[in-house]
Amino acid sequence: MTFGTALFYLFAAILVFAALRVVTARNPVHAVLWLVLAFFTAAEHWLMLGAEFLAIVLVLVYVGAVMVLFLFVVMMLDVNFDSLRKEFRSYVPLAATVGALVLVEMALTLIGGRLDIAASPAGGGAAGGSNTRALGMLVYTDFVYPFEIAAVILLVAIVAAIALTHRKRRETKYQDPAEQVKVRPRDRLRVLSLPSEKREP
Amino acid sequence: MPLLSAPTLSHYLVLGAILFAISIAGIFLNRKNVIILLMAIELMLLSVNMNFIAFSSRLGDMSGQVFVFFILTVAAAESAIGLAILVLLFRNVGSIDVEDLDRLKG
Repeated sequence: MTFGTALFYLFAAILVFAALRVVTARNPVHAVLWLVLAFFTAAEHWLMLGAEFLAIVLVLVYVGAVMVLFLFVVMMLDVNFDSLRKEFRSYVPLAATVGALVLVEMALTLIGGRLDIAASPAGGGAAGGSNTRALGMLVYTDFVYPFEIAAVILLVAIVAAIALTHRKRRETKYQDPAEQVKVRPRDRLRVLSLPSEKREP
Repeated sequence: MPLLSAPTLSHYLVLGAILFAISIAGIFLNRKNVIILLMAIELMLLSVNMNFIAFSSRLGDMSGQVFVFFILTVAAAESAIGLAILVLLFRNVGSIDVEDLDRLKG
């Protein structure tokens, strides 16, 4: 067994264990931290598969941003997490059954399916050069339209997240540009016709 | 094939399948806690990405990695909006228990 092979099994074991802990952890903060470990280990796997750029992106975007967002939300919400786990045990048989069923189905597909490529040797990934460069060449040529759609999806996500959680604060003073533009001179200035007064001699 | 042979495509596919099964079991286990549900969905997407990258690496076709790129984008957007909805939910209902979310039941 070579070092790379040993690494694969080590990382696979860590990944599966971390995933198990994510779904069974008692404390959601621990679950998030286990999920961070799972993502990080998956990034190692991807690195070994030759997908360097995506491995880095997974660490930067997922571990760096999304998981921190999860942590923020978990810590911000003042939830009694014990009450949410009251019926945890009663779900175990169902969850184990469904999970095992899915696993068996996929195993049967992998064993009985016509996956000739499964036994074939490695194709070697991108032919020479850096993975990031190859990905960039593809994204900005063949996949430029989906790439722009992805950008729009991110924009929609930003707008939606802000619009959903934004709260109007009463104590803040606002300026309403519409009102400002609509204003007429008579709203602001009142000309009174006062009788002129005579100066006392 | 010996059990601990050098990793082939099947090894990665099996790993992805195990991850997927774990996250499905997790969705059933944590039926009440929306946060863990979201995390299980993230785990599921990770297993799908693992398959994509394994195939891409084995077939020497970069398109699979481009797909993972897009899946990561959509997953990030999804989790951002999901967490925003979760915060809103907690603010209005005061709970993140799925059982309490029965306002649309009529």
